[in-house]
Amino acid sequence: MSDWPGHEQANATAESVVVQQAQNAVFGAQYSVGIDLGTTHCVLSYADLGNIDDEEFSPQVMAIPQLTSPGLVEEKQQLPSFMYQAHEAELAQDSTSLPWTSKPDYLVGEIARNLGSKTSIRLVSSAKSWLCHTGVDCKAPILPTDAPDEVERVSPFQATTAYLQHLRDAWQSQHPNAPLDQQDVVITVPASFDPAARELTVEAARAVGLGQAILLEEPQAALYSWIEKSHGDWRKHAEVGDIILVIDIGGGTTDLSLIAVTEKDGNLELTRVAVGDHILLGGDNMDLALAYTVKAKLEKDGKRLEPWQLQALTHSCRDAKEKLFTHSELDNIPLVVASRGSSLIGGTLRTELTREEVNRVLVEGFLPKVAVSDRPVSRPRTGLRTAGLPYAQDAGITRHLAAFLAKQQGATDELKDINLPDHASFLHPTAVLFNGGVLKADTLAERLMEVLNSWLSVEQAPAARLLAGADLDLAVARGAAYYGYVRKGKGVRIKGGTAASYYVGIESAMPAVPGLVPEIQALCIAPFGMEEGTQQELPDDEFGLVIGEPVRFRFFSSHIRREDKVGTRLDYWTDEELDELDEIEITLPEDSRRPGEVVPVHLCAAVTEVGTLELQAVSQKDQGRWKIEFDVRAGE
Amino acid sequence: MNTYGIDLSLKPTTFDLWHVCLAGTVALLSLLLVVLLLSILISRARCKKKAAIQAAEPVVKIVEKIVEVEKLVHAPTPEPVVLKEATPDAALQLLGLLQKEARFIDFIKEDITVFSDADIGVAARVVHEGCNKAINEHFTLAAVRSEQEGSKITLPDGFDAATVRLTGNIVGTAPFTGTLVHKGWQVTDVRLPKLTSGYNAAIVAPAEVEL
Repeated sequence: MSDWPGHEQANATAESVVVQQAQNAVFGAQYSVGIDLGTTHCVLSYADLGNIDDEEFSPQVMAIPQLTSPGLVEEKQQLPSFMYQAHEAELAQDSTSLPWTSKPDYLVGEIARNLGSKTSIRLVSSAKSWLCHTGVDCKAPILPTDAPDEVERVSPFQATTAYLQHLRDAWQSQHPNAPLDQQDVVITVPASFDPAARELTVEAARAVGLGQAILLEEPQAALYSWIEKSHGDWRKHAEVGDIILVIDIGGGTTDLSLIAVTEKDGNLELTRVAVGDHILLGGDNMDLALAYTVKAKLEKDGKRLEPWQLQALTHSCRDAKEKLFTHSELDNIPLVVASRGSSLIGGTLRTELTREEVNRVLVEGFLPKVAVSDRPVSRPRTGLRTAGLPYAQDAGITRHLAAFLAKQQGATDELKDINLPDHASFLHPTAVLFNGGVLKADTLAERLMEVLNSWLSVEQAPAARLLAGADLDLAVARGAAYYGYVRKGKGVRIKGGTAASYYVGIESAMPAVPGLVPEIQALCIAPFGMEEGTQQELPDDEFGLVIGEPVRFRFFSSHIRREDKVGTRLDYWTDEELDELDEIEITLPEDSRRPGEVVPVHLCAAVTEVGTLELQAVSQKDQGRWKIEFDVRAGE
Repeated sequence: MNTYGIDLSLKPTTFDLWHVCLAGTVALLSLLLVVLLLSILISRARCKKKAAIQAAEPVVKIVEKIVEVEKLVHAPTPEPVVLKEATPDAALQLLGLLQKEARFIDFIKEDITVFSDADIGVAARVVHEGCNKAINEHFTLAAVRSEQEGSKITLPDGFDAATVRLTGNIVGTAPFTGTLVHKGWQVTDVRLPKLTSGYNAAIVAPAEVEL
């Protein structure tokens, strides 16, 4: 902080101005840093802003020092997003030091994944998916979910903070003269993250001193990386009227986005027009599916597998799958599960994974050839909800894709450069950009394109082309670093704003009917596509809030209702149109007011520069403002 | 009772040759003493002067002088041969990595005579795959010679004998022409994990106890 010119003399008011500026761009930042805070891996990429005027952008991926097993520190490009809550007797003294601390607060990274693979009750994983899980208090210590009582639990928020802290400390040890809190930092989040999950991510960044960090949607980051890698050539590969479908299949989630290419004053413009739902389905599911297939085969031969053997089998299935995908001449790969004892030869289990099995389970299971009218199967959830993540019930990624494209058919209605034929039953993408490690397998990538193009050809639309040259593992972090550069006014910026419109539920004014719950109306408080740094007020609809008493609203979002303005009231909507999010809560503090007093307020929605949605209650009388909290999760 | 005292008034009553010699000896000895004392004084004074001059001279000169002294030794002793001592830590660490990834020690320590080739083959896959992973992760390997094995290559004068080993009919002078039998391997990069202070490298694989 003291490096900021004139900061020493700054008084309290000047300081708040500095903080305000810090939200936009850090004054005098040397680097643009992009952090991909993934479900299974974190990556940090950075680029020197010093030579920004040379139009030269060369991002680097930081090697992250991390413990790989007790006593060993290695540098790796990825930090596995896992945390391990070790027992105090489990690790030898001084065996968990890192270059910057002799005793880290939490064990994260490779060591956590390694130790956790043998002791899953102490392993925290998929914290990111929990952030976006409605119905859970993300600041309550709930992970690991299946841990016995004596294991210290952490909240998904704490775990996210720990990963960020490790990245920050690693940065600090390698760049002692350029503290991370003085750099431009961009953190990526899934496009499907709801306002509460975004808020939590920003809060986690703030907790490790990165209050200046801003958010960027992962599919957008992937596209930025593709643009950056093309060195200006992207204009030759994209043309006006293009609709780019970004398919991001990561370790744990699948994220879909649509970006339209339009023209303004002779320049190409990119607008993110739609994002998909948060689908908990990814590469890990694929490995698990293969392992279960092989397990069934072994059990048919009368061999029973213990849990640790299944774990080892999952690992070898992943390696075998990659080999089968890269070497088309191989028909099968032997799988070996070594015994745990020191005798290697006697107790080793041998089987094999065949190409036919991989095709059947992965290609047909996850990317089946379906019609565009097919929809994901959703079984009704049985009875009580367990304390697990809401994994996708249908593993057919192509069915999720069909549902997304059909749902977003009207996404480009307002863009005059994009003309969808009248008979179209879904939005026709013209180009596809892949991201995520799963799509490194050509077989899967080709199948995905084949299915998509079969839908397009049915409706006489030209086949979509694949945008080549993407770095599937590191693109998101690289693109995030590039975004810092774009924010300096270089290169092209993807427009988009909020990917949903937001509503609060209010009871409609009607005579009470005994036995009937009053009908609820959805009142739009934030329209679709609100840009960063703008706000919208809803002055006419007044709510009476009672001082000192928390007031809760039901909260909804819609990814398809683009035409609703602030103040629009919906009496009726289909399940597909509106998704219910966690309730939001306002508590008016008692300061200078009488408890029990009713204050008339109206609601105001703003999208911050950081990229989060902020709701406020504004008093009609004295313009007092109170923040409405998102992260009040149900189930308290 | 006789008293023995020294009578200082005593003088030699006779002036014989013996006494002349005695007096001469005394005079000579006292002269010698004076000369000795003088020479000591002068040499000390000179020494001080010299030291002052030497201190003012650059340090390099001192070294030169030492070298000169050594040159005077007519039969120089052979320089002691210093062999590099390999530190055990890195070797133990590599063993640990190979055991962790490839079960290397388990495999080597097992008596394989009782098993069939098929059984050994299954285990060899584990070892091969793991070793491959461990070695590729921590070392970058490259061939020493890029030529095809079995092809004729010519080594110029002054080739590096540490990277290329000659075998067979070694006669004549360079350039040597011969057949490349083995292309050789060299490690171009090593990325061994760093160790914390509490790490015991001698434990290549900790015992595992499941609770």
